[in-house]
Amino acid sequence: MADYAGRLPVATPESQPYWDGLKEHKLMLPTCDDCGPHFYPRPFCPMPKCFNWDIKWTEASGKGKVHTFVISHQPIPPYNTEDNPPPYVIAVIELEEGPRMMSNLIMDDPYSTTVDMDVEIVFDDVTDEVTLPKFKPV
Amino acid sequence: MDQIRHKVAIVGAAETDDLGQLPHMSRLALHAQAAKNALDDAGISLADVDGLLCAGAIPNEVAEYLGIQPRYIDGTSVGGCSFMIHVRHAVAAIMAGYCDVALVTHGESGRSGVDAPRGGSASSPGGQYEAPFAIGGAPTTFSIPVLRHFHEYGTTKEHLAHIAAATRAWANLNPMAMMGSHRRAPERGGGPITPQDVLNSRMICYPFNLLDCCVVADGGGALVLVSEERAKDYAKDPVYVLGAGEAAAHWMVSQMRDHTTADGYRIAGEAAYKSAGLGPQDIDHCMFYDAFTFTPLMAAEDLGFVPKGEGGPFFAETKTGPNGEVIYKSGPGGDFPMNTNGGGLSYCHTGMYGMFAIIESVRQLRGECGDRQVPDVNVSMAHGPGGMFASAGTLILSNA
Repeated sequence: MADYAGRLPVATPESQPYWDGLKEHKLMLPTCDDCGPHFYPRPFCPMPKCFNWDIKWTEASGKGKVHTFVISHQPIPPYNTEDNPPPYVIAVIELEEGPRMMSNLIMDDPYSTTVDMDVEIVFDDVTDEVTLPKFKPV
Repeated sequence: MDQIRHKVAIVGAAETDDLGQLPHMSRLALHAQAAKNALDDAGISLADVDGLLCAGAIPNEVAEYLGIQPRYIDGTSVGGCSFMIHVRHAVAAIMAGYCDVALVTHGESGRSGVDAPRGGSASSPGGQYEAPFAIGGAPTTFSIPVLRHFHEYGTTKEHLAHIAAATRAWANLNPMAMMGSHRRAPERGGGPITPQDVLNSRMICYPFNLLDCCVVADGGGALVLVSEERAKDYAKDPVYVLGAGEAAAHWMVSQMRDHTTADGYRIAGEAAYKSAGLGPQDIDHCMFYDAFTFTPLMAAEDLGFVPKGEGGPFFAETKTGPNGEVIYKSGPGGDFPMNTNGGGLSYCHTGMYGMFAIIESVRQLRGECGDRQVPDVNVSMAHGPGGMFASAGTLILSNA
């Protein structure tokens, strides 16, 4: 795990709870009492008519659908080794709670991916410090 | 809303001396050479320039490099459509008296990487929420909306492949086009292509094969703008700005509100039409930024040339020419002349291609295009996205 070759995120003070949650295998979403959860983490509700700064963190179910996707044939780390070669799926997941987020799908056959396919979260502990939220078919 | 109509004109427009692989030229040298060529095209001295607008460089960098001290600057740098937005801003600045001669410059060592800035902090939203998922530049992100469009409207890869074939047919008529028959031999992939060739080319990132993707090049371009009152004092016939629009819709493609509609295109397009007092039916010629085959399809839909979802069949329509040749909808001889320089797909794409789209609109309106000249072009639209449909800029230009 120490030699993970992919690009790693670096949290900001505002996003730290999100990344801390993933490390505990929880998908935490910043949530406004009036407007619901949003993605990506911001310390306020990003609905212009609300712009409320009273945000709570709530745990998402981890279930969602493939909103759209691509199948990359590019050898981009970590999908650039004999054990983990391209092609791989980059998808936009629409979470059950509404917000959409980018992720990778864990697929035996990338070309069996379909739009609107049901998926659920997989917590990928890529390093001791960072867990990435990925998804697989239900 | 028609205050800007016909108040400012483009009087100079040119690329760098060459486009393609230019490892002997840095980013700023490309800006400077393009500026020289556009100023020469107008017959204006660098000393007359008092407004400077550029992208991919801080205006001060370019000003210092050129040795000028402009009294108006704009460094809007939001991707490929930055230059459409610069023209809009230059119109306002000239009308306000902030400057008299505005120079817009583009220079990018997109292929050779000579002083090419590499963007993105790992703490930015893109660095945290997209980059960790093995994003590899535009082919893996500009492609993201496409399968949703396919899913909702039945658009196909075959439809998109027709756009690549049509655009290549224009490139074959442009001596400057990198993939056109003038510059590239068939055994190296140049010259005519068919939709089937597009589908047979190497897969880059499904749904994009190699020939769905733009070329990667070094190059630059520049424009010179002055007020309508002075527009006839220069070397070439002026090209007037009739309408212009801009928008910022999102930044990360995962956060695009609706992956089948470019909100920015709609906002920018509506403003452009409103300021020009024109609609899609009045446009004779379109330059729709084509980083990928899908990009101009979205423009045709979101700018009102074809109803939402019907762009695929629209572009895939062909007819047979007098010698039995296939005439593509957007190709030479077709009903919808688009990307007549050969586009980002086959002419040149530095990274921020929008400048070249504007230059081609100017040339078509001046009637300078030789073999690829479209008959009776009086109104041209140059439109593009910045980022992955994130921002947008639209210009409606005319020779009268």
